[in-house]
Amino acid sequence: MIIPIEYYLILSAFMFIVGVTGVLIRRNAIIVFMSIELMLNSANLTLVAFSSYMGNSVGQLFVFFVMTVAAAEAAVGLAVIIAMFRNKMTMNIDEINILKW
Amino acid sequence: MIQLIYLTVLLPFLGFLINGLFGRKFKNEKIIGIIGSGTIGISFLIVLGAFFQTLALPVEQRQTIVNLFTWLQAGGLNINIAYQVDQLSLVMSLIVTGVGFVIHIYSIGYMHGDKSFGRFFAYMNLFIFAMMNLILGDNFVLLFLGWEGVGLCSYLLIGFWYDRKFEKSSTSDAAKKAFIVNRIGDFGFLLGMFLIYLTFGSLNFNDVFSYASAVNISESTMNFIAVFLFIGAVGKSAQIPLYVWLPDAMAGPTPVSALIHAATMVTAGVYMVARCSIIFASAPAILTVVAVVGVLTAIFAATIALVQNDIKKVLAYSTISQLGYMFLAMGVGAFSSGIFHLMTHAFFKALLFLGAGSIIHSMHDEQNIQNYGGLKKYMPKTFITFIIAALAISGIPPLSGFFSKDDILWYAFYNGNILFWLIGAITALLTAFYMFRLVYLTFYGKERFEREKPPHESPNVMTIPLIILAALSAIGGFIGIPEIFSGEHGNLFENWLEPVFSNANAKLASFGIQSRSTEFLLMAVTIAGAVGSIYYARYLYLQKTGLPSVYSKKFKGLYNLLLNKYFVDEAYDAAIVSPIVRGSDKFLWKITDNKIIDGAVNGTAALIEVISQNIRKLENGIAQVYAVIMLLGIAAALFWLISSF
Repeated sequence: MIIPIEYYLILSAFMFIVGVTGVLIRRNAIIVFMSIELMLNSANLTLVAFSSYMGNSVGQLFVFFVMTVAAAEAAVGLAVIIAMFRNKMTMNIDEINILKW
Repeated sequence: MIQLIYLTVLLPFLGFLINGLFGRKFKNEKIIGIIGSGTIGISFLIVLGAFFQTLALPVEQRQTIVNLFTWLQAGGLNINIAYQVDQLSLVMSLIVTGVGFVIHIYSIGYMHGDKSFGRFFAYMNLFIFAMMNLILGDNFVLLFLGWEGVGLCSYLLIGFWYDRKFEKSSTSDAAKKAFIVNRIGDFGFLLGMFLIYLTFGSLNFNDVFSYASAVNISESTMNFIAVFLFIGAVGKSAQIPLYVWLPDAMAGPTPVSALIHAATMVTAGVYMVARCSIIFASAPAILTVVAVVGVLTAIFAATIALVQNDIKKVLAYSTISQLGYMFLAMGVGAFSSGIFHLMTHAFFKALLFLGAGSIIHSMHDEQNIQNYGGLKKYMPKTFITFIIAALAISGIPPLSGFFSKDDILWYAFYNGNILFWLIGAITALLTAFYMFRLVYLTFYGKERFEREKPPHESPNVMTIPLIILAALSAIGGFIGIPEIFSGEHGNLFENWLEPVFSNANAKLASFGIQSRSTEFLLMAVTIAGAVGSIYYARYLYLQKTGLPSVYSKKFKGLYNLLLNKYFVDEAYDAAIVSPIVRGSDKFLWKITDNKIIDGAVNGTAALIEVISQNIRKLENGIAQVYAVIMLLGIAAALFWLISSF
C-alpha cells in the first residue's frame, strides 16, 4: 500500500511546528538547539517525500547535503554553547543577552 | 626693454618671497635692505628703459601689450596675464618704482633696529608687486588683482606695529578700519566690472574702450558703470564719504604713509578713472558728480587740516584734499592735468611724509607739533627739503605744485564752473596756510621740547632720499609747463598723454575759448593768495604766537568742530558702526545664532534621541524575541506570496 503524500506533509508540518515552538519558548540553549535540528529534519522529510512522489532522486541527494551541513553546524553550535557556558556558568538564554543596547 | 616689463612685476615679488621666507635668517639688516630696495631699483631701470624706447617710437605705436599667458578661460571670458605699456602706465610705473625705490632706501635708515625689519621689506615689496599689476594690467581683472593686493598690503603695513597703541585703540583697529572701508569701495568696483562684462562682453581694456567709443550705449547703462567704478575709486582714494580710513592709516610706519597713503596706492582711484576716461566721458552726469565730490573733499579735508596737531594727521588730511583736486581734474575732463598733479603730488607729499618721518625719528616718536619748535638749526637738511615741499604744495612758482595745481584750477574754470574754481582756489589758500603753520610750529620759534635728548639730523641714508625728492619736487613741474609759457610746442606732459585720452576728449563737448589774460589773472590771484596765506601763517605762528589760542577761544564752536574732524567718525559710529555691532550682538548672535540656529541643531539631536530611546527597546538582547519577529516576518512574506497567486 502507498502512503499518500499528505501524511508525510502533515507529519513534517507537525515536526516543524514543534521545532519552532521549542525554539521560541524553551530557555535551555541545548533544547533550543535540538529544536532547530528538529526543524531541519522536518524539512528533510518533506524533501524525501516529494522525491519519492515525483520519482526524482535530486531531493534525496539534497537531504545528504542538509545532513552534512547540519552536522557541521551542530559541531560549531555546541562549541559556541560550551564557550558561553564557561563564561556565564548557565545555559539559560534569557541570561545571555549581552547583545543589547 | 618693453618686452621685459613683466620683470618689474616679478622682481618685487621675488624680493617679497626672499625677505618674507628668509628675512629672519639674515642677521644683517643690510642684506635685507639691499634685496628689498634692489629689486625696486632694477624695476625702475627697466621702466626707464621702456620709457625711452617708447619715446623713440612714433605716436601711433606707443601702446604695446606684453602677453604672458592665459590666466582664466570660462565660456566667453578670457583673461590673460598681459601687461600694457602705454603712455599712462609708463608715467604711473615711473612714479611707483621711482618714488618707491627712494622710499625703500629711506626705510633702511628709518626702520633700523626694528625687530621685524625683514617683514617690513617683504610687505613693501609685495605692495610694489600689487601696485605694478594694478598699473600695468591690460584688463579689469588684473587691475582688480592689484587693487585688492594693495589693499591687503595697506592693511598689513598699517598694522605693522600691531602691539602699539594708536589713539584710543590699537594699530590693528586702524588697519581693520582701512580694510573694511576699502571693501565698501571694492564692492562697487566689482559691480562695475560685472556690468562692464554684461554690457561689453569683455573685460579687456582695449576691447571695452574701443567698443565704448565706437558704439553708442544707452546713457543709463554708462551712468551705472561709471558710478560703480567711481564708488571703487572713492574708497581707494579716500574721498567723501569713505575718506575716514586714511587719517587712521597714519598708525603705520612713516615710510608706509609716504609710499602707500600719499604717493601711490591712494592715487589708484585717480589712475582707474583716467584709464576708464572714455566710460566716464560717456556718462557726463557722473563726471559732474566726480568733480563735485572731488572739490568738496578738497575743501573739507583742508579745513580739518587747519587745526590738527599731529604732524602726520595734518599731512593725511592734506593728502585727502590733494586727491580731491585730482578728482576735480578728472571731473572737469582734464584727465592729463589730474595725472600731472598725481605725479607732482607723489613727489612733494612723499617728501613731506619722509621729512615728517625724519623729524619724528629724531624727536623719539613725538608727533605733536605743539611740542616741536626751533628744529631748524638741528636738522638743516630736513628743514630745507621740507620747505621746498611745502612751497611746492602751496603752489609757489616755479616749483612743481604750482604748474599742476594751476593747470587743474584753470581747467576747472575753463571747462567747468566758476564755483569749482572758487572752491579750488580757496582750498589752495588753506593748503598754503596749514602747510606753513606746520613749518613755523616745527622749525621756527621757541623750542617746546625737553632738552635732555637734543634732536639730531637723520643719517645720510635718510637725508639723501629727501634731497632726491626735493629736486624732483622743485623741477618736476617743468615737464608740464602750460601752453601760455612754453609757446608753440605746448604742454609736453599733456601731449604725451593725449593719445590715451583722445577718445574721451572727443566725446566731451568742446568748450568756449577763454582769453589768455584770464588765465594769467587766475594764476596771479592764486599766487597772491598763497603768498598772503604764508605770511598770515607766519604772523600767527611766529610773530603773535598768542593769537591762535585767542582765536580758538573766540570761535570755540568752529574750532572744536574742526579739531574733531566735523565729528564724522562719531557720526559714522552712531549711524552705522554701533547699530551693526548692537544688532549683531542682540539679534544676530543672541537670537539668530544662539536661539534659532543652535536651537535647530540641538533640537534635531534631541528629537533623534527621543525616537532612539523608544526604538532601542526592541533591541533587548533576547534571541527568542528576535526569532519571533523573524518568524512573523517570514509568515507575512509567505502570506503575501501565496495571496498574490
